[in-house]
Amino acid sequence: MADIKLHGFWYSPFTVKVKLTLELKGIPYENIEEDRLNMSAQVFQYNPVYKRVPVLVHDGKPICESTIIVEYIDQIWPYYPLLPTDSYERALARFWVKYADDMPVPAIGSLAQSSNDEEQEKAIEKIWEHLRVIEDQRFNNNVKKFFGGDTINIVEIAFGPLVRFIKVLEEALEVKVLGDEKFPHLQSWYNNFKDVPVIKENLPDQNKMVAVIKFYREKLLGSS
Amino acid sequence: MADEVVLLDFWPSPFGMRIRITLAEKGIKYEYKEEDLRNKSPLLLQSNPVHKKIPVLIHNGKPICESLIAVQYIEDVWSNRNPLLPSDPYHRAQARFWADYVDKKVYDLGRKIWTSKGEEQEAAKKEFVEALKLLEEQLGDKTYFGGDNFGFVDIALVPFYTWFKAYETFGNFNIESECPKFIAWVKRCLQKESVSKSLPDPHKVYEFVVEIRKRIGIE
Repeated sequence: MADIKLHGFWYSPFTVKVKLTLELKGIPYENIEEDRLNMSAQVFQYNPVYKRVPVLVHDGKPICESTIIVEYIDQIWPYYPLLPTDSYERALARFWVKYADDMPVPAIGSLAQSSNDEEQEKAIEKIWEHLRVIEDQRFNNNVKKFFGGDTINIVEIAFGPLVRFIKVLEEALEVKVLGDEKFPHLQSWYNNFKDVPVIKENLPDQNKMVAVIKFYREKLLGSS
Repeated sequence: MADEVVLLDFWPSPFGMRIRITLAEKGIKYEYKEEDLRNKSPLLLQSNPVHKKIPVLIHNGKPICESLIAVQYIEDVWSNRNPLLPSDPYHRAQARFWADYVDKKVYDLGRKIWTSKGEEQEAAKKEFVEALKLLEEQLGDKTYFGGDNFGFVDIALVPFYTWFKAYETFGNFNIESECPKFIAWVKRCLQKESVSKSLPDPHKVYEFVVEIRKRIGIE
């Protein structure tokens, strides 16, 4: 039987991506919770290049970077496939996964660490820019419930935890980012996503996340 | 049905070069369309509405954007010729990891070298050399990053060699003396026709960078 360990932070959208993947596929694993302020030596050993989580360790071999981990898992465990089988659809899915990784992530990070109103506003505007692209380009032509049609696929896994993280930041920082009318397609997609039973069970609790964000902001900035 | 393959590209783009090399490796005939980035064609804007950037691969009218995604697409569709990615999932993940590392590091650091000065430039040079040294470590004693066979990471990385003369001149340093193994690997890659025919002359790239620097006002 495969030995699978996941080193991560329960509240990080990148760790959540990997967890959702494992859970959707019914793959048993050992969850190793790392402390951001005191990461284990193993993380540095397994990920010497970036020194960060999540790291998946499969039979002693480490795989790093959440998007790469997700594709790795999908390749080995074909139950509940996350990548489309059609080559073109696959390329499109990968495009949107890359978009999620490259575009909103830095802006979300800026918002999480913003120390004043000006920084917050700048970060929120950047996030809006990217959400606008997603709303108009990815969702406008898509009348299906999910990117994968009736089931979740790799694009859901890339965006879902990010949207959840934005909602947490909204509460923790008392700002409005998503709103209800600004991004209607995105909002309705997200509502479908978080109601999928496996997702519902495995998305980290909103209140707990708000508390942990506030905790880290205090540590980082001296106040929330 | 004959495949119609078009590549929207810009000759000095290392990202475009990746796709050119891949198409050559697979022996795929295609139409190369040079874009004027100051006057982008309607086809480009329509094919890549999100980023409006080259390269874009268009296969039977369907556009694929982002160079490494296009390379993987070509690999998926023309899978029976010259495989470029390992079939073993772990090694495949490693190949993706290093290609992603190239994306995250080499282009941005290189760009910093020819656009900045003073301390910022020195910091970029240092990081750039460190990145190449890390890649050298990854290469080890292998012929290519892909092992005995030229592959995904080699394709992701080798195009940046065409920009080295520009980096070296504006950064005032010599890459071969810092990373001889890296340059030795480049030379092995250049012996492959798919690579040598797809890469422009580094001197021409250097002249192009001189032009841009003038245009954006760096002196």
